Amino acid sequence: MSNFVDIALLAFLALVALAVTRTLNLFATVALTGIYSLLMASIFTTLDAVDVAFTEAAVGAGISTVLFLATMALTTSHEKPHHHHNWAAIMATLITGSALVYGTLDMPHFGDPQAPIHQHVAPHYIEISPNEIGVPNMVTSVLATYRGYDTLGETAVIFTACMAVLLLLQRDRRGGNRNVMAVPDADQRRGGQSMQHAMILRVFSKFFIPLIFLFGLYVQFHGDYGPGGGFQAGVIFASGFILYTLVFGLEKARQVIPPRTLQALVAFGLLLYAGTGIATLVMGGQFLEYKALAHEATHGEHLGILFIELGVGITVAAVMTTIFFTFAGRGRS
Amino acid sequence: MNSHLPIVPIILPMVAAPLCMLLRRRTFVWGLATAVTWVVFAACAQLLLQVSTSGPIIYTMGGWNAPIGIEYRIDLVNAYILLLVSAIAALVMIYAPQSAARELPPDRHNLFCAAFLLCLTGLLGITITGDAFNVYVFLEISSLASYAIISVGRDPRSLKAAYNYLIMGTIGATFILIAIGLMYMMTGTLNMADLAQRLKEVHDTRTIHVAFAFLSVGLTLKLALFPMHVWLPNAYTYAPSLVTAFVAATSTKVSIYVFLRFVFTIFGADYAFTTIHLNAILVPLALVGIFIASTVAIYQTDLKRLLAYSSIAQIGYIMLGIGMGTVTGLTAGIAHIFNHALIKCALFMVVGCIVLRLDSSRLEDMAGIGRRMPATSFAFVLGGLALIGVPFTVGFISKWYLLLGALERDWWPVAALVLLSSLLAAVYIWRFVEVAYFRPAPDDATPISAPPLSMQIPLWLLLAATLFFGVQTDLTAGIAQRAALWLLAGGP
Amino acid sequence: MSDFWGLYNYWIAIFLMMVGFYNVIARGNLIKKLIGLNIFQTSVFLLYISMGKVEGGSAPIVGAGISSFSNPLPHVLILTAIVVGVATTSVGLALVVRIKEAYGTIEEDELIAQESVTQ
Repeated sequence: MSNFVDIALLAFLALVALAVTRTLNLFATVALTGIYSLLMASIFTTLDAVDVAFTEAAVGAGISTVLFLATMALTTSHEKPHHHHNWAAIMATLITGSALVYGTLDMPHFGDPQAPIHQHVAPHYIEISPNEIGVPNMVTSVLATYRGYDTLGETAVIFTACMAVLLLLQRDRRGGNRNVMAVPDADQRRGGQSMQHAMILRVFSKFFIPLIFLFGLYVQFHGDYGPGGGFQAGVIFASGFILYTLVFGLEKARQVIPPRTLQALVAFGLLLYAGTGIATLVMGGQFLEYKALAHEATHGEHLGILFIELGVGITVAAVMTTIFFTFAGRGRS
Repeated sequence: MNSHLPIVPIILPMVAAPLCMLLRRRTFVWGLATAVTWVVFAACAQLLLQVSTSGPIIYTMGGWNAPIGIEYRIDLVNAYILLLVSAIAALVMIYAPQSAARELPPDRHNLFCAAFLLCLTGLLGITITGDAFNVYVFLEISSLASYAIISVGRDPRSLKAAYNYLIMGTIGATFILIAIGLMYMMTGTLNMADLAQRLKEVHDTRTIHVAFAFLSVGLTLKLALFPMHVWLPNAYTYAPSLVTAFVAATSTKVSIYVFLRFVFTIFGADYAFTTIHLNAILVPLALVGIFIASTVAIYQTDLKRLLAYSSIAQIGYIMLGIGMGTVTGLTAGIAHIFNHALIKCALFMVVGCIVLRLDSSRLEDMAGIGRRMPATSFAFVLGGLALIGVPFTVGFISKWYLLLGALERDWWPVAALVLLSSLLAAVYIWRFVEVAYFRPAPDDATPISAPPLSMQIPLWLLLAATLFFGVQTDLTAGIAQRAALWLLAGGP
Repeated sequence: MSDFWGLYNYWIAIFLMMVGFYNVIARGNLIKKLIGLNIFQTSVFLLYISMGKVEGGSAPIVGAGISSFSNPLPHVLILTAIVVGVATTSVGLALVVRIKEAYGTIEEDELIAQESVTQ
């Protein structure tokens, strides 16, 4: 039965991907991409990857869609139709695809419990980590402790993206940017106006936004026991701020959270994560060896995971909100 | 303290970047960034010394032993690259503030320094790690930071260049991710040393062949080997000069290092050269790249673009050496990584000085500059001679080993082609010499003051290095040869 | 036949990768290229997650009565990769906005045409 669901979902996914290729209206394409992400998240759930499904839904269907729409508000909403097929591209795609299919022929079959990846490192994570780290969610224990350095790198990636977006799109304080040759006028309406006149939206968002933040806090701290953790929580927090901005306008949102505070938070999260590592050094362990943080090993692990997940959550929330504010603020002249 | 030294080159810039972002005063920002790069350089020098005398260093992250956790594994090859990247970063940081004052928007210096430090973190993180997936994460850090710092040039064409680089770079990185996934699927591990062991059992599967192919294609996109080089000329030309000086000397070199690490340490020289016949693919591509790029360089009207095509040709030389598969060839390749980085960084710094004073990098605007900026033009000529491969410069050392390597294998045509391409290099260097020294300055030319000291000192240091290491080859060719032997023996 | 169903997941993942890849290299609209890149990257995630699934296993969270778990390591890798993907997308979109401001268009052929006019 579950196989059937799997097969059907994958077939839908393929259809949506083809639809994305054929559609020329960018709004429709972005909506289809959101559907693609949600389908992908469902497939991840059937494949037992619940943390990943959570993140994909929040990031892929949530943040990515918002950013694409913000970009389209600043640029254009239609793709130019193309009249001739790009044969070089088709050939390159076919060659790459066939090479990959050729490579699958020696792969272990889907779901095979005897496959090499289940034999070597995985048994340690599955059998030993719940006692060694003391955390039921094995994904969190691998992410935060065994491969915690990778997660530090990932936090640095998201921080770098924030730097890049600010470098590119931050409005000069002195006004006007050297490379601007034409200010698009469609977005004057969108950027300046908010949706304050829509009473239902106002009332409901005032009701929902605190719930969103509460849910974000829950996801942040419950990541040890169920799907969740710093990334998902950070994205959920950011979506609360984005909703507020969409309904009440950028000016009001900037009064709630000044951009300078946001930037300080962006830096703080990454510094908290790296700082936890430095603290473990000071306490006599290796870098990011949380055992050194407390007298009892699992207690130290819990402390370490708490701090770094907090660092990740703060940076992700601040970065997503900053990026959105920057895109939204670009439209005004 | 010594035992925790390996994390300093990565964590220090990573922590300094958010601090840079928060600072407002420009002097503090540049001061912090410069101090950090020099401390990192000192740490990398110490690491190289340690590895050179006592052998590979292993540092386990979080105290978890590989393959359960991630470890750093520093041997002679990556210690060499670490030293190179940190040295270039330190010198560029001294050069940068004056150049940035001219070429960057005035209120973005804190963000720019943060992005620069993150680029450095990424490059060093790729080099030092012993875990395959970790390479991907830090590759993306350095790539995203590169796209950012390239796009802040004044010329709007830097935006398109950054976008094209982003598309091609992400395709390359995704190919690498696919390859890592396939390798993981067949062996169950991500640690490089462990992979090297376990891949031996699955060498003959189609999956591993395809993994190798995707890895190679992804890396050639990043290191700009012909025909995957198309992003490079625009990115180098329109980026701010100090960015080009840094990126041209480091990012392709680190990608070449990743190639070396995967091909020789993880897959093994036997697999690469006997089963896959890598030499049959690399050597022709490299030669074609050298010739086409050198020829196109001759016809350029913009000096930065000329040097960019020259870089593509030089990368061809490095890959030619690697493609030979012998100790001499590999020595030539690794030595040229170091030598080319020194030469190109110096040359781009010269162009930055010219841009500072003339506000243009077009050759036609540089008429008579030999007399107006004598020291700077002479610097370019010195760098150009090193590029051609004149004796007593580092360029000669690399070309010498390349020729030796070709002759060892009785590849007479290849040796002849290497010599011929040096002639082409002479032609494109002559283009600058001709404009600078043999054309009169325009009648309305105002006198030009010398570039500021902070820009001249790193420049001359690099040129002095190209001459010094052209004679005293212990650091360049000596270590390169030890590294080559180490790689061909398969590492630990 | 079992070969087909045993590899079906991977083949769909490859198909999706190629659809995404085609969109990146064949289309001229800069936003469409980024969407293609997104699809390309997401389908690589499907490849990784499919390899982690164990027949009859459940999500890798310890719970009462569960004895067989799917492999948590691919999940960790993909969590990282998703974040890397969205980071790349946001930088790409920021570049698209600036290109539109500087050139007035985000179609590649029009951008190339403008370039050859100015040169």
